[in-house]
Amino acid sequence: METNVSNFNPSILGIFCHWCSYAGADQAGTSRMQRAANLRIIRVMCGGRITPEFIITALKDGIDGILISHCHPGDCHYVSGNLKTIRRIPLFLSYLKQFGINPKRIKYIFVSASEGAKLTNIVNKFVEELKILGPSPIKNQNPNFIEKSLQNKVKII
Amino acid sequence: MKDKTKIGVFVCHCGNNIAGVIDVEKLTEYAKTLPNVVEAFNYKFMCSEIGQELIKEKIKNGEINRVVVAACSPRMHETTFRKVCNEAGLNQYLYEAANIREHCTWVNTQDTEGAYEIAKSHVRMAVAKANKLEALEKFRVQVEPTCLVVGAGIAGMNSALDLSNFGYKVYLVEKTTTIGGHMAQLDKTFPTLDCSSCVITPKMSEVLKAKNIELMTYSEITNISGYVGNFNVTIKKKPHYIDQEICTGCGTCAQECIVIAANEFDLGMKKRKAAYIPFPQAVPGKYTIDMDHCIKCGICAEICPVDAVKYDDKPTFVDIKVGTIILSTGYDLYDPTILRQYGYGKYPNVITGLEMERLMSSFGPTEGKVKRRSDLKEPSTIVFLQCVGSRDFTEKGNKYCSRVCCMYSAKQARLFKEKHPNANIFIFYIDIRAFGKGYEEFYDSTGREFHIKFIRGRISEVVEDEEHNIIVRGEDTLLQKLIRIKADLLVLAVGLEPRQDSNKITRLFNVQRSEDGFLMEAHPKLRPVETLTDGIFIAGAVQGPKDIPDAIAQAKAAALQSALLIAKGKVEIDPIFSIVLNHRCAGCKSCISVCPFNAISFNELQKVAEINKILCKGCGTCVAACPTSAIIQNQFGNAQLLPMIHNAVQKSEKIGG
Repeated sequence: METNVSNFNPSILGIFCHWCSYAGADQAGTSRMQRAANLRIIRVMCGGRITPEFIITALKDGIDGILISHCHPGDCHYVSGNLKTIRRIPLFLSYLKQFGINPKRIKYIFVSASEGAKLTNIVNKFVEELKILGPSPIKNQNPNFIEKSLQNKVKII
Repeated sequence: MKDKTKIGVFVCHCGNNIAGVIDVEKLTEYAKTLPNVVEAFNYKFMCSEIGQELIKEKIKNGEINRVVVAACSPRMHETTFRKVCNEAGLNQYLYEAANIREHCTWVNTQDTEGAYEIAKSHVRMAVAKANKLEALEKFRVQVEPTCLVVGAGIAGMNSALDLSNFGYKVYLVEKTTTIGGHMAQLDKTFPTLDCSSCVITPKMSEVLKAKNIELMTYSEITNISGYVGNFNVTIKKKPHYIDQEICTGCGTCAQECIVIAANEFDLGMKKRKAAYIPFPQAVPGKYTIDMDHCIKCGICAEICPVDAVKYDDKPTFVDIKVGTIILSTGYDLYDPTILRQYGYGKYPNVITGLEMERLMSSFGPTEGKVKRRSDLKEPSTIVFLQCVGSRDFTEKGNKYCSRVCCMYSAKQARLFKEKHPNANIFIFYIDIRAFGKGYEEFYDSTGREFHIKFIRGRISEVVEDEEHNIIVRGEDTLLQKLIRIKADLLVLAVGLEPRQDSNKITRLFNVQRSEDGFLMEAHPKLRPVETLTDGIFIAGAVQGPKDIPDAIAQAKAAALQSALLIAKGKVEIDPIFSIVLNHRCAGCKSCISVCPFNAISFNELQKVAEINKILCKGCGTCVAACPTSAIIQNQFGNAQLLPMIHNAVQKSEKIGG
């Protein structure tokens, strides 16, 4: 078991808003802040665009951890787009438990355009946490298992 | 009939930034294996002319009809490569960026294998998205030929004057009752020792006279909506309680007013009446009644020769429409009270640099004669302490260098010494930063010709004796000697800070702040006066500590950028708006309730939602909220994003997106 943990290299998908978090990740880059090489980032214009569907899709594809990040409440470039996500994601996470997925696999954070250091720390910590959690249980499951449970997926507004 | 998708992937070396970490050749070969990729190349600098020509050539030859550039962040060069596509005759929205620099090689420099995997992921995801991209047309909106300048310090005034000289209408909004900002408070300016008032007061009257500038002092922005070229701004004009139209500025009200209050302009060191102007040269030179102090005795109303006093004055709100906005709200001074070891606020003879400036000013509280607060005697030994609240990595201070303190202390020391040749002046410093034109020479002669002693080291202790003299203990770290100085006056060279209400500004105008709290420019080198919000520019110390020449340079640049937009007359807007698919819409109106811009209306006839593409800013919140997936966002639809997620990790058994 011990060896398993250390060999396991978790995959993390980041879904970041363009104005704050993507810019924050850029700032981490321009400042050459080194982090574990586990995070790949998808850009959406606003945190408000992030739906549970993205998380479900990523989980179905066997991604070990998902990092969702957008502007701090009140700082949204689109006034209040992120406030919708702030309500949507925690609600969704409570559903996720019922499907046998540890909600700790989804990390929900706020990173502003100047918080590259914060992002770096969080990613490094998240990698460690995921190493303890181990590979996503969906990876070895029959793909139909999750398909079935999610067939009647409820969209949460 | 749609053409077959032919994707070209272009991998950039970015000098050594990318190629020094990952194997770009291998990445290029890998890209060729991805679905619908017909060509893959790598080149040293894709953004250079040669790199751009390479892409253009492939498009023109018809070899490719989608472009993926794996290079830096799209926030850096998206527009560059879109332009390339455009010039080669390919719809610019058929381009996609793969960020393999900021999000890959720069953050995983040591882990080359890991970085390579991330780069592969990003290229794979970009190709997956490129496969699903649709050609879009930009749309154009008119730019209102007016500009709003917020903050009328030296930066804001310069921006406003330049724009007005272009012939554009400028609304110049200032929070206080006078324009001029911090510069009006200064006595002389370094390194030329120009009289600050002589430089700024003519500018102030020029602003007042400029026929294209509508000056709104004692006003604040309360609301702003709209987008580049078409901002709707609501301005609150605070009540002056004296009719500004009628007031002649004769000053009779202030003469007769019986209420005395501290004058903020002189940092509380001088008294003013409840009916006041901050300083004699204030522009506009009309009086205001400070209702926090006024006792409504009625004397001023009675005595005013033109009957301008209105006790029942109410705030008025003005709605304006502007094309561009320049933010030049300036800075606040660091408050050294928190650094209790220096005794500011506790000992009367410990003062800040700006207080020293007012004491030296000919129209200051002591009419230019520096006097101690405790006994009004002129000091003969003065100690300056540099970097108070700047270059301080503790929680109490700011990490950055405030850029002006070294020079203003040297200037004050020298000016004092000129008048008092026998005075002893010591300046405790960490490093002297005399970086500007003529600054080093000024610093050099301050020490050499004026015999002002620069001591490298910090002050460890400040105590007071019975006569309110300040006993300063410190170390000269160059001579490695402990020093004890009995000083008449200790001047703390306090640094510059973001405005206390800058949080309000960022939220109101939707602009970002950098780590130090000052407003953030769109790019630290290439776009120093723009913000990430189109049409909003920054000038002066609102972006970071600046001396006067730098603030003016930035103000003029911001004015030019603003004028460029207005001169074009039209601005292109990214068509990333959302669209409702009527056949799927159930008419639940969920989208209407979440839209932050009221861009969605309900079509009662067809019972479907409708999105106004001009009002829509493309956040995609409605897309996420729609329970029937009836809304798609251009460029960021499920059609584009889900394949990206599918391709985030490589799976051997994977069957496409």
